Amino acid sequence: MQEFEYVAPTTLEDAVRLMAEKGSRAKALAGGTDILVQLRGGRFQIDRLVDVKKIPELNELTCSEAGGLTLGAAVPCYQVYEDPTIQRLYPGVVDSAFLIGGIQIQGRATVGGNLCNAAPSGDTIPSLIVQGATCIVAGPNGRRNIPVEEFCAGPGRNVLQEGELLVALHMPPPEPTFGASFLRFIPRNEMDIAIANVAASVLLDDSKQHIVSARIAIGSVAPTPVFVKQAGDLLAGKEANEASIEEAAEAAKGAATPINDMRGTIAQRIHLVGVLTKRTLRTAISRAREG
Amino acid sequence: MADMIHVRTNINDTDVDFLCESRQSLLEVLRDVLGMTGSKEGCNDGNCGACTVILDGRIVDSCCVLGVESQGKTILTIEGMASPEGLHPLQQAFLEEAALQCGICTPGFLIAAKSLLDREPNADEARIRHWLAGNLCRCTGYDKIIRAVLKAEDMIANGANTGSATGTTAGGAQASGDVYND
Repeated sequence: MQEFEYVAPTTLEDAVRLMAEKGSRAKALAGGTDILVQLRGGRFQIDRLVDVKKIPELNELTCSEAGGLTLGAAVPCYQVYEDPTIQRLYPGVVDSAFLIGGIQIQGRATVGGNLCNAAPSGDTIPSLIVQGATCIVAGPNGRRNIPVEEFCAGPGRNVLQEGELLVALHMPPPEPTFGASFLRFIPRNEMDIAIANVAASVLLDDSKQHIVSARIAIGSVAPTPVFVKQAGDLLAGKEANEASIEEAAEAAKGAATPINDMRGTIAQRIHLVGVLTKRTLRTAISRAREG
Repeated sequence: MADMIHVRTNINDTDVDFLCESRQSLLEVLRDVLGMTGSKEGCNDGNCGACTVILDGRIVDSCCVLGVESQGKTILTIEGMASPEGLHPLQQAFLEEAALQCGICTPGFLIAAKSLLDREPNADEARIRHWLAGNLCRCTGYDKIIRAVLKAEDMIANGANTGSATGTTAGGAQASGDVYND
């Protein structure tokens, strides 16, 4: 692996300064399961690696009915899916965190890192989008918030400027009639990169028969994960039934612009978006009714 | 030559000091600096699990951890799995069930399986297969490995000695044990 300086600051201010000093020649290290492999493979050259795991704000994990979920960017996946409150309030996020890599990867890899890595197939990103997550970012010019659907800029690229760090993700508290779900398709049973993945969330009315609003996000079918606003908007005011679900699935398929590659074909990926949209919507509705 | 960094850690119940470069992985430190060659390099990119060690109570791929990140941590490697009294029941079961052929993946499978049985001594076959999905074997077809882990569960339930190094109990992570089951 290339040579670099390793630093492990204990405050956010120090981390931002250490990042900013080196500009594009600095990278953040959280779980390391992507960045260390990329450095070894020579994807980019850096002078400094900033380990962010000793910064308190990036280790925050708070979840409550009143405050929602604040998930520090350095919190590994297992802490997310083993948390009983997150399991109860954010099962869609748990769906994603539980699917990333194997147990070894989940012991290190973070949801924040998965987002920053900005892979088109990143398994947590559609889930974050349908939860309406906000990215809390710190940089040389202070803090700013970015809606998660605007965070990825292209394969492996995000909107962070030089010196900026993802601090945490915040998700609003779920309403009692809110439900979300995530699914991906892979040829193996475990440990693979999605050929397509989909997350869906719905908010039902008090009768739990009609959809108030819905969000659908699709992955592995475009340069970034895509928030398909029009597919969710179609469902607003509709009855929560198979006809509505079918209509939303068609809209989601229309938003997929995949490529052919060794993992799958364009036709297969578009078909999968339809299937997975229907399945995630059914689960989201059922979770909303249970909630 | 790059600057060397001093790191103090605990490996297999022994405090260890070493010098390494910032770019060296924990796997490279174990094998090349400390001469502990039980952990294997397979893919070197977090896919195969041959380099699995227990770091503060959680299994990780040591190829995806920097050596400098192990400062102040507790590590269990395959070298700490057997006790002075004999093999760990998993090691014995792997021998009896012929759960290895070339053996490169075996240390990783043993460490990963130990981590599961320490938490969930009655894990069923589906759970074992799921837990070991991050370990690849290109020889056995996995069935013998799964049979060996199930056999080790029986051996442990019947009182077999599991007195290996305590790397798994440090860090408090093991104690919670409430692993999410789907």
